[in-house]
Amino acid sequence: METKMVNDNNPSDTLIEYVTVMLGEQLFGLPISRVQDVFMLERLTRVPLSQPEIAGVLNLRGRIVTAIDMRRRLGLPKRDDGKKPMAIGIESKGESYGLLIDTVGEVLKLSDSTREPNPVNLDGRLARVSAGVHRLDGQLLVVLDVDRVLDMGEAIAA
Amino acid sequence: MDDLLREFLTETNESLDVVDVELVRFEQDPNNAKILDNIFRLVHTIKGTCGFLGLPRLEALAHAAETLMGKFRDGTAVTGEAVTLILSTIDRIKAILDELEQNQEEPAGEDRDLIDELERLALAAPAPAADPVIAAPPTAPAAAEETSGSLTYQVLERPLRPGEVSLDDLERAFRETPGPKFTAPAEAPSAAKAAAAAAAAGERDDDKTDAKVANQSIRVNVETLEHLMTMVSELVLTRNQLLEIVRRHEDSEFKVPLQRLSNVTAELQEGVMKTRMQPIGNAWQKLPRIVRDLATELNKQIELEMHGADTELDRQVLDLIKDPLTHMVRNSADHGLETPAERRALGKPEKGTIRLSAYHEGGHIIIEIADDGRGLNTEKIKAKALSSGLVNEAQLEKLNEQQIHKFIFAPGFSTASKVTSVSGRGVGMDVVRNNIDQIGGTVDVKSVACAGSSFIIKIPLTLAIVSTLIVEAGGDRFAIPQLSVIELVRAQTNSEHRIERIKDTPVLRLRNKLLPLIRLKSLLKMDENEIVSGDDAENGFIVVTQVGNQTFGIVVDGVFHTEEIVVKPMSTKLRHISMFSGNTILGDGSVIMIIDPNGIARALGTTATAQAQSEENGAVQHHGGADNTTSLLVFRAGSPEPKAVPLSLVTRLEEIDATKIEASNGRRLVQYRGQLMPLVRVNDEVQIRTEGTQPLLVFSDDGRSMGLVVDEIVDIVEDNLNIEVSSETPGVLGSAVVKGHATEIIDMGYFLPIAFEDWLRRKDKAVGSHVSRSLLFVDDSAFFRNMLTPVLKAAGYQVTTVPGAADALEVLKSGRRIDVVVTDIDMPGMNGFDFAQAVQADPATKDLPIIALSALTSPDAIERGRAVGFHDFVAKFDRPGLIAALKEQTALGEAA
Repeated sequence: METKMVNDNNPSDTLIEYVTVMLGEQLFGLPISRVQDVFMLERLTRVPLSQPEIAGVLNLRGRIVTAIDMRRRLGLPKRDDGKKPMAIGIESKGESYGLLIDTVGEVLKLSDSTREPNPVNLDGRLARVSAGVHRLDGQLLVVLDVDRVLDMGEAIAA
Repeated sequence: MDDLLREFLTETNESLDVVDVELVRFEQDPNNAKILDNIFRLVHTIKGTCGFLGLPRLEALAHAAETLMGKFRDGTAVTGEAVTLILSTIDRIKAILDELEQNQEEPAGEDRDLIDELERLALAAPAPAADPVIAAPPTAPAAAEETSGSLTYQVLERPLRPGEVSLDDLERAFRETPGPKFTAPAEAPSAAKAAAAAAAAGERDDDKTDAKVANQSIRVNVETLEHLMTMVSELVLTRNQLLEIVRRHEDSEFKVPLQRLSNVTAELQEGVMKTRMQPIGNAWQKLPRIVRDLATELNKQIELEMHGADTELDRQVLDLIKDPLTHMVRNSADHGLETPAERRALGKPEKGTIRLSAYHEGGHIIIEIADDGRGLNTEKIKAKALSSGLVNEAQLEKLNEQQIHKFIFAPGFSTASKVTSVSGRGVGMDVVRNNIDQIGGTVDVKSVACAGSSFIIKIPLTLAIVSTLIVEAGGDRFAIPQLSVIELVRAQTNSEHRIERIKDTPVLRLRNKLLPLIRLKSLLKMDENEIVSGDDAENGFIVVTQVGNQTFGIVVDGVFHTEEIVVKPMSTKLRHISMFSGNTILGDGSVIMIIDPNGIARALGTTATAQAQSEENGAVQHHGGADNTTSLLVFRAGSPEPKAVPLSLVTRLEEIDATKIEASNGRRLVQYRGQLMPLVRVNDEVQIRTEGTQPLLVFSDDGRSMGLVVDEIVDIVEDNLNIEVSSETPGVLGSAVVKGHATEIIDMGYFLPIAFEDWLRRKDKAVGSHVSRSLLFVDDSAFFRNMLTPVLKAAGYQVTTVPGAADALEVLKSGRRIDVVVTDIDMPGMNGFDFAQAVQADPATKDLPIIALSALTSPDAIERGRAVGFHDFVAKFDRPGLIAALKEQTALGEAA
């Protein structure tokens, strides 16, 4: 991300659009360029023996999508309000993923120049997938690096 | 690769395959001008194209072959020699084509050898009546002229086959090609090379992995077809979903158009499937040639019949069965069919027949390879199965002929006594079965001695769409491919089928067989939070599944229906889970995981413990076999470390009421089957119990029994009995690794005399004053060596064991004192009869008594045994008989 910023024509003015999502009390932002769609989660099929972060697989318009439980991925407690989760559809290396989140917020246009690096004391599990922090009015937005979210390590040799 | 060259390779290879077949037909029917014309035209086309592309080596070869065939056309008699020569020329052309395909360049080299031969034959051919002068000088121009002459008048009697170029097309190609290529033909390949070099290096790799370009006779890029197939699969799934939705809304206006869409989709699916279908004849094309060559090589007369060559199956499946088919036809020709002389003697026609047939049967293709030869040699297979440790005698006795025949599919199994260039290299039917397994097929064998054998291959029509059984486990649904499902059994607490347990391992009694069970829920770790109640543990649906030769039951909570599904690859995040082979979307739109029976079989293999089953007579029997292993009874006595004894020595396992143990004269005894049976402890640490039940290993011999007191009987396992550390402790032979644990192997020979002080002495009396006589025991089966050695030792012999006749002769030659020899008859290498003859032939050992052990004790065999010098003949399981015979023989030796 750092290098990308330098390579841009006018680094100070680069605006990146983020889809904002809520997980617990925290606001996160996903670069809109990586977001394919947002959908309500229906009929999830559990996959036994899979990694705990994998919530299951689902059918999204004829494609099989692997759903990732973002709360687990970020080490957050289980959701207990009983509401149906939403999912952010993402594509990576020809495969479809759905990131399960609590709610989707608005789309924010933020200048890359105001993005700050992770605070050094950020929780390790968050820091690993975070590409920096934006200070907004009254709250902080943690930018998620999609590729790092999906890189869960190929647990258990095939 | 250059497109032109690629086309050429594909076409030429196909044409050559046709030439192969046609030539064999032609040899049988030399007067059929039509066939000859056909061949001639094909070779001519190849020649022409080669010249056009600037491939001088190929052109010269094709030309020489064409010249010789021209002679046939002119009426020269067709000889087998000439046909063989042309066939080998075609082989050479194929070899050059292969290299051409890899390097995009004609390999350097000369074909003078073949060309000279071809020319010699063409020359030697008597001139066809009219004018000898024209035919005599077989100079190239003359021949070429001759052929080009015939070309003009060539009339095709049939439509063009794929891979053939009509002459018009060829003419046009010649005309349209710019001049320079004609004058400098060598440019073509170099142009091709340049083009290839320009292409990314990666493409080269693609070319190599991409099967053989030349073998694909579909002119549409296969990838395009695959993609089309995927898209249609998607369409089918979407259609299914739509139908499901409309079903819920009774009078939807979508109903009619959807019905239409549904029909069109079905037709489209069928159409696309068809493009992937190819007649099985494509896989058979090479067989007539192979059979002809085999017939020549083996001096047999073989007729190859082919039925149902137009039966179509999926291209992918076809590719995978090509090699197994070829292998099986070779097998039939080599092993199956007898030589003409043998056939005559049996009253069969001299010419043996191999019949290939293919037909559809309920979503499967059945391919049969049958011959009218000698059939499988059951005895040979038995002996081989025994010697390679696949089964033991006891198991073998229970098998019927058909089950025995199935051993030929075991890895490394070949009964061919001599290795020919055709077969008998030990990589045989197991490879065939693996290939067929891969595509979810099965292979079976039926054989009738002297009447022939037939192999039946059953394979699915296509791999893309699979019929599955939808089951439920732990609240989720799963799909199990139906191909591996044999039957469904409903298990209930009070019914005939009930899930039983052996030490926590669930099993099912199914028609006298013990089926290992695995609960899908536990296998998939979906039952972590629940405790299986007793009732639940005995109930469930059991999907009896077969993978290879492993049969097991998968216990599920419910069974729904069968559904045709389109297998979709799993996400890379899930691919490490070996229990699933893929996933799919069902008609109702939900995603479902597809169970991989192979993965389950593997999981079962690692968790499975050997199972023992007590039968009515109380004897312990072991199910399942392994390579070269001995059944061992593992128990604990005195210490937590396991101890073991070969199961074959144990007569019974008993648990007796501890209160029945009596003491008399300082010894512990128990009344057992009307006799007093002495009890012996394995060591001093073992406590003889005073209450509850006391486990015992009962050893019986000669009407007397002793009980060995142990703490706990642990298991019966199959493992290699390989004593690695010998022991000083009396009663312990040493330590061996049994199922991963260091285990003491108990020496029964030590305990028998403790129970009955005269146990050995009684025998000694009979044997004579020598306490130990030395005995040489020859048997190729480790099992029997392990079983009989302690018995022989207990009878007072010093036993030397060797695994084969050759080793035995060495021991005898070494000058060691051997008083008597006990030998097996059926052994690989030198058999017992030959061994006996060899012993008799040596003056130093000619009086040595030899006792034969054999599974067959027919009067004939005994007679034959006596003739070659066996002193006695004992059935393999007749232990008292063997001891008696030994007594008799050694006593005679004493007297002599």
